[in-house]
Amino acid sequence: MLRDITIGQYYPTGSVIHRMDPRVKLFGTLVFLISVFAYKGIVGFAIVTLFLAALISISKVPFRYMIKGLRAIMILMLITALFNLFLTPGEVLIQVWKLKITKEGVMSAIRMAIRLTYLILGTSLMTLTTTPNQLTDGLEKALKPLAKIHVPVHEISMMMSIALRFIPILIEETDKIMKAQMARGASFDEGNIIKKAKSLIPLLVPLFVSAFRRANDLAMAMEARCYCGGDGRTKMKPLRYQSLDYQAYAVLILYLALLLALRVVL
Amino acid sequence: MSIILDKVNYIYGQGTAYETYALKDINLEIKDGQFIGVIGHTGSGKSTLIQHLNGLLRATSGTIYYNGEDIYTEGYSMRALRSKVGLVFQYPEHQLFETTILDDVCFGPMNQGLDKNAAQLRAFEALHSVGIPEELFDQSPFDLSGGQKRRVAIAGVLAMKPEVLILDEPTAGLDPKGRDEILDQVAELHAKQHITVILVSHSMEDVAKYVERIIVMNQGSVMYDDTPKNVFRYYKELEQVGLAAPQVTYLMHELQEKGFPVSCDATTVEEAKQEILSVMRS
Ligand SMILES: Nc1ncnc2c1ncn2[C@@H]1O[C@H](COP(=O)(O)OP(=O)(O)OP(=O)(O)O)[C@@H](O)[C@H]1O
Ligand SMILES: [Mg+2]
Repeated sequence: MLRDITIGQYYPTGSVIHRMDPRVKLFGTLVFLISVFAYKGIVGFAIVTLFLAALISISKVPFRYMIKGLRAIMILMLITALFNLFLTPGEVLIQVWKLKITKEGVMSAIRMAIRLTYLILGTSLMTLTTTPNQLTDGLEKALKPLAKIHVPVHEISMMMSIALRFIPILIEETDKIMKAQMARGASFDEGNIIKKAKSLIPLLVPLFVSAFRRANDLAMAMEARCYCGGDGRTKMKPLRYQSLDYQAYAVLILYLALLLALRVVL
Repeated sequence: MSIILDKVNYIYGQGTAYETYALKDINLEIKDGQFIGVIGHTGSGKSTLIQHLNGLLRATSGTIYYNGEDIYTEGYSMRALRSKVGLVFQYPEHQLFETTILDDVCFGPMNQGLDKNAAQLRAFEALHSVGIPEELFDQSPFDLSGGQKRRVAIAGVLAMKPEVLILDEPTAGLDPKGRDEILDQVAELHAKQHITVILVSHSMEDVAKYVERIIVMNQGSVMYDDTPKNVFRYYKELEQVGLAAPQVTYLMHELQEKGFPVSCDATTVEEAKQEILSVMRS
């Protein structure tokens, strides 16, 4: 039941995008996010849409699977759209009591919805094609220069990779405990809010206990293997750019340049 | 009165990249009052199978009948089913949550709609039957040893007085004495109250000692379903799927090879003893 959560999940297909260096994908995501907010006019929109569609089809991740992640933010999107719809001043289209729907409101609601959707699709494309380990490796390497000014880059990326690794573990654990309590007659979706909140106690207490136990075990296991931070630590599979990665950088820069040029011209 | 599984299939993560075919075309009948052992190597689908019996997992295809009723029909009460089919999970001690042991064991009976007193009565009885001394009843379950926690968790299901009791590796990680105690208590419940017991286990000795019927799972299918004697005759085939026969079965086979006229049917030490004695006497 909880396995439907797809945010942050890896979907292996072995496509070109999967094989790229994580740094390229991080940079690519940044470029895409900028482009989503920077495009202008119908031509710009077409380019961004084409670019995204191309990436999705190259990644071979089923589109149906990608949009599963969108459901989670549906509410957020609706609220944003509603605010835009009613609170943008301008030429009035329909008026119901004190609420006015304006032409500008409709336009900006649509624009906002599209931007949010693209934002989510773009970032989930990255997480779907990059394992959490690659992602943190990439981040660590990309941020390496900051270590010179005493930013604990290695520690941050280690924490991130542990946190990411714990998400599926905790989801699995939640599933197991829920089932165990359901076998004892518990139900998690009955009654009013107070009853529902109370019914979560048999789930949350064991979950916290087990999370602490796991964290403790992990810390012990790391110490037993002499882990002591990033100094002098080397990687088994150091990141190295391949020709594919340089090509990808070139495509990304071209794409961004094209969009910015359009913005200036139009 | 029985549980019948009819062409049950189950796929984990259907429609994702991580599909696992965990159960393939399972047909079983579990009669009232039987003591059944389920064996199979790691990942063969034992836990998946037993979670179907109380409706925690819903078969991808196929039907399950409990006492003649299809449990997947609209309006069938899963909650009532779960109070009749008690399931003790692998490592059940991880589900304890109350402030005292007694309260934790009361959780099940209270969910069945019993009042506080009746629930506590059930809890007392269940805790006694798993051998938890009364002076511990008001302690926090988190302060117990691993084995004691396990017993409390089992009591939590026993207190619901199920008609069918399913135990998923109840003795994993326990010492030999604790293991025998728990299984002896289960066997006693089975003998006295005639409940159906399904025991998932990796110990061939335990299975041979207690159960009357063994279901062997292999890669999501039922490989054998017979009495212990008949199943352990296939010890060569069992070895090929990562299982084995009880130690004494091997001993008897070796004796036979060395020329002693013993039969190889013995699956427990006691049976082997009788067999060897009778051969030596004659
Ligand atoms: N929650 C789950 N999500 C996805 N796949 C699962 C899940 N649980 C089990 N599986 C898969 O289903 C198959 C059967 O697993 P199951 O837990 O039933 O095995 P088992 O016989 O109980 O093993 P064990 O002896 O280790 O307890 C395995 O291949 C496993 O990887
Ligand atoms: Mg199991």
